[in-house]
Order: sequence, then C-alpha cells, then structure tokens
Amino acid sequence: MHSETLDTVDRKFDVLRVRRDFPALDQLVHGKPLVYLDNAATSQKPLVVLETIDRYYRTENANIHRGVHYLSEQATEEYEGVREKVRRFLNASSRKEIIFVRGATEGINLVASTFGRMKVRAGDEILISAMEHHSNIVPWQLLCEEKGAKLKVIPMSDQGEITLDEYHRMLTERTKLVGIAHVSNALGTINPVKQMVADAHRRSIPVLLDGAQAVPHVRVDVQELDCDFYVFSGHKMFAPTGVGILYGKETFLEEMPPYQGGGDMIKSVTFERTIFNDLPYRFEAGTPHIAGGIGLGAAIEYLERLDWQGLWEHERDLLDYATEALSTIKKLRIIGTAREKAGVISFVIEGIHPHDVGTVLDQEGIAVRTGHHCAQPVMQRFNIPATARASFALYNTREEVDKLVAGVHKVIEIFG
Amino acid sequence: MSELRALYQEIILDHNKNPRNFKRLEDANRTVEGYNPLCGDHYTLFLKVEGDIIRDIAFQGSGCAISKASASVMTSMVKGKTKEEAENLFQIFHKLVTGELAGNMSLDELGKLAAFAGVSEFPARVKCASLPWHTMRSALEAKSKTVSTE
Repeated sequence: MHSETLDTVDRKFDVLRVRRDFPALDQLVHGKPLVYLDNAATSQKPLVVLETIDRYYRTENANIHRGVHYLSEQATEEYEGVREKVRRFLNASSRKEIIFVRGATEGINLVASTFGRMKVRAGDEILISAMEHHSNIVPWQLLCEEKGAKLKVIPMSDQGEITLDEYHRMLTERTKLVGIAHVSNALGTINPVKQMVADAHRRSIPVLLDGAQAVPHVRVDVQELDCDFYVFSGHKMFAPTGVGILYGKETFLEEMPPYQGGGDMIKSVTFERTIFNDLPYRFEAGTPHIAGGIGLGAAIEYLERLDWQGLWEHERDLLDYATEALSTIKKLRIIGTAREKAGVISFVIEGIHPHDVGTVLDQEGIAVRTGHHCAQPVMQRFNIPATARASFALYNTREEVDKLVAGVHKVIEIFG
Repeated sequence: MSELRALYQEIILDHNKNPRNFKRLEDANRTVEGYNPLCGDHYTLFLKVEGDIIRDIAFQGSGCAISKASASVMTSMVKGKTKEEAENLFQIFHKLVTGELAGNMSLDELGKLAAFAGVSEFPARVKCASLPWHTMRSALEAKSKTVSTE
C-alpha cells in the first residue's frame, strides 16, 4: 500500500504550485495580500476538498449505512472508503480501529468517558504533560473528579521540552493512562512520543497521543509509535471543520463500553435490551458529518500526492528562517525553543501586549493568533499572560516570513 | 495605516506608556478586579467613594494598550465626579466604542474620550476598551469583587 502511495507522488515539492491549490490564500486583507500564519488554529482548504464536498452535496447526498437505494449506497461506499484512506494514512492495522468523531477534542472525551471510566478508580493517576491543550486536560480532570483519581503533570524545561527523567519517575503502578501531545500547539515542540510510549508500555500503561498539531506536518505511523490511542482533527490538516479521527487499538476498543447511544451504533433495539454494533460503528451514534468525512478523504489524497520529504524540508526551512530572523529583534523573545519543533513560533515583545501585536499585524494583512492558545497552564509556566503565535503550513513562504518580521518592526515602532 | 493610527492615537499610546493614577490606593473603600480571560487583561481598581462622590480612584495591573489607556483616561475623568456623572460618561463611552454615537456629540463634548472613537472599527478590541469601565460600574454598584468580560 505504501509503495502505491509513493508511486502517486507526481511532483517535487513546489510551494508556489501548492499555493495555487488554496483559493483562500489569494485575497487582500486591509488592502494587503493575505499572509496566513494561523495554521495551528485551522488550515486553509485546497480546491480539491471544496470541490469534493460540493460534488457530494450536488450528486450523491444521501444517508449512509441505511438505504438500499443507489445514492445511499454511493455515499456509504465513499464514506467507508475514507475510513480505509485514514487507515492507510495512519498505517493502522485494521479499519475497525478508525472511529469518526467531530475532532481531536471529541476523540479524547470519548476515550476518557469510556476507557477512562472503565479503567480508572479512586487513588489511580492519569499522567499528562505541562504543555497540553485544554482539550487534553479538562476531560481527564472531569474523569479524575468523578473517580477520585489524581491528574499528574509531567513538568517541562524552560525550552519547552518534557522532562523525561521526571516522566520516568512519575510512571508508577498507580498510573492508569498517559495522555501526551505529539506536537505542542503553543510551543511547537515535537515530543519524543515513540520513546514515551515504550516507557509507559514497560509498565503496561496505555498511552493516548493528541495528534492535532502533528498530522499536517509529520508522517504518523501508529504501529511504529505503538500508541494505544491517537486523535486528530480534520480541519488542521486541510479538511473541513467538524470531522476528526480517533484511532484505537482493536483490543482496547473491543472492551470499551459505548460512548453515545443512538442510531448506527446498534445491531438491534427493543425496549428491554439493545445489542450494540461491531467496531468501528459502535462508537458512531447518529448520522455523521458525511460531507466532512468525504472532504477529509480528499485532503488525505491531496497530502499523499505531495512529496513529503520535500514538504518536511520546506517547513523546516521556514521555521529556521523565521526563528533566525525573529531572534535578531532585540525586544522579542521566542517562547518554546525545543530542539525538535514543528512550524510554530510563539513570541512575546517586551512591554507590548500580544493583542496589540495582533492588531497591528492584522492591518498588514498578517493573520497570527494572539492569546493563551487554549493552553493557559503553558502561559502560567512561562509567567506570561499570552503570546503572539505564528504557525506555518506547507503553503507559507520565506517572503511571508519577511512580511511578518517587517510587521513586528512596525509594532515596535508604534509602541516602542 | 490610517485605521491603525485612528485606533492607536497619540493619547492612547501616551496613556499606555505613562498611565495616570497607576498605583494602589491605600485608603480605598472599594476594590474590584477586572479580568478578560481571552487575552489575560487583568486590572485591580481602587475607589474611595464618599456618599455619591468618587473622591479618588486608581488602578494597577496589566493588559493591552487599549485597556490600559482606557483605565488611565477613565480614572482621570471620573475623579471627583458623582456616581451619576460617571455613569453618564460610561454611556457615552459605550456608544462611542460600539459605533452608536454617530456624530451626535462634538469632539469638545467628548473630551479625552474621543481618542477611543477608532475602537469601533475593531470589534475584537471593544472588550479591551470597556473592561475598566465595567469594572468601575461594578465597584460603584458594589455587586461583586471580580468582573469578567466573559
């Protein structure tokens, strides 16, 4: 299957060609060409995704897994085809392990309220890192509160790297689950998740990886990582909002109780008793976001046609180039300087609030995120209220980084 | 750039850099916190209220240029005013930053508040400008100790 993927790589990575695939990039904001550097919040969508959704609604729209009629069969085939594409994209061993959800957040909530409720008891511990997004904190907090368990936090260094020694010390017989971001949304750190999974597995502790920020940047192989759960959102990897994936090892999914009840997740229902459906449908109650799922399939196909080595080198170059350029600005401090990083640069400027930075940059047509990035504990760790964050995608260019740097100089000129 | 200059007028930049009444008020009889969880703007407002009069007012904390300048201008405008006069100023300010004033008042009548007219073009920043005012109103009503924009 992988060789087939390689065969379909039809071109060397060419950023200018890639840009033409994303219609939203081609617009003026406040009279200036848009410089979209808020990709960690959500990515823009390639034309092929938009057209696929449009075609679905125009010619195939029907509910899935139900009808005997032509359209329903078409829609079902296409939707289930996406499940297979996702399986291949993650290199999962079975399509039964691919559950459609609304996004990474729902994926984590699903695991917390099924697997978590089943496994975690009073006095147990759940281990997360200090750089988690709120979506990988709050579901575990709720679970711990319900069960009388304890949420433990692995500290990180001033560079924004998980302290592995501490991690090893914190893995005990009380630990029932580890939840870690593959890539940090606020700092860009790529965590050594393969090693962390192996460390936890030595004590037979299952691990959930939050891949929301990883899938658009790095190839993910869940069998190689050997993680027990992996979640991601479609919209950060060029697919529509409202659809995401939970990967779970079949052995775990098999023993987990259902998440939501409703249609599709059942085999038979009487008022006395319900027999639940098989995997993966058991965790997919109700009509799903069919168009979104099909759009996700188109995004995966789009990504698989790209030259990933070239893409990785391009993003690496952007990050290095931007890091170097921003580092020369005296009053600017980059938050998150891990050795292994994906395309995120969080920064603060001495004496200037990130919101003012964001407003000035916006007037230059530059979209960055300002605020706490749904990671307030990260802000507390670095003792700052907020940061400005530039986050890159495969379609960004060095010229755009230059504009960002010029914009930052303008900010300092106004407030300096 | 013209919109940007309209937002970050000299008065705002000046009050941001050198905020007035930026201190703790030792003899305050009302202390209220204002907080915007979205951006982390966080101020403490100290008031010395005697009967109907705001005898003294000061603030401390941190936040963006708009919120800090707003707190600075507000404190210098309401000092010595009655509660009713302060409330009237708030009503004018609120209409100004939400774009509802529509030229009904001259610049003279608006005084220093006029510096905030540009905020109405930046919907995301209206909360920043309003935070200190909401905090003050809460202090005058003595309703709660913490005001949040959310």
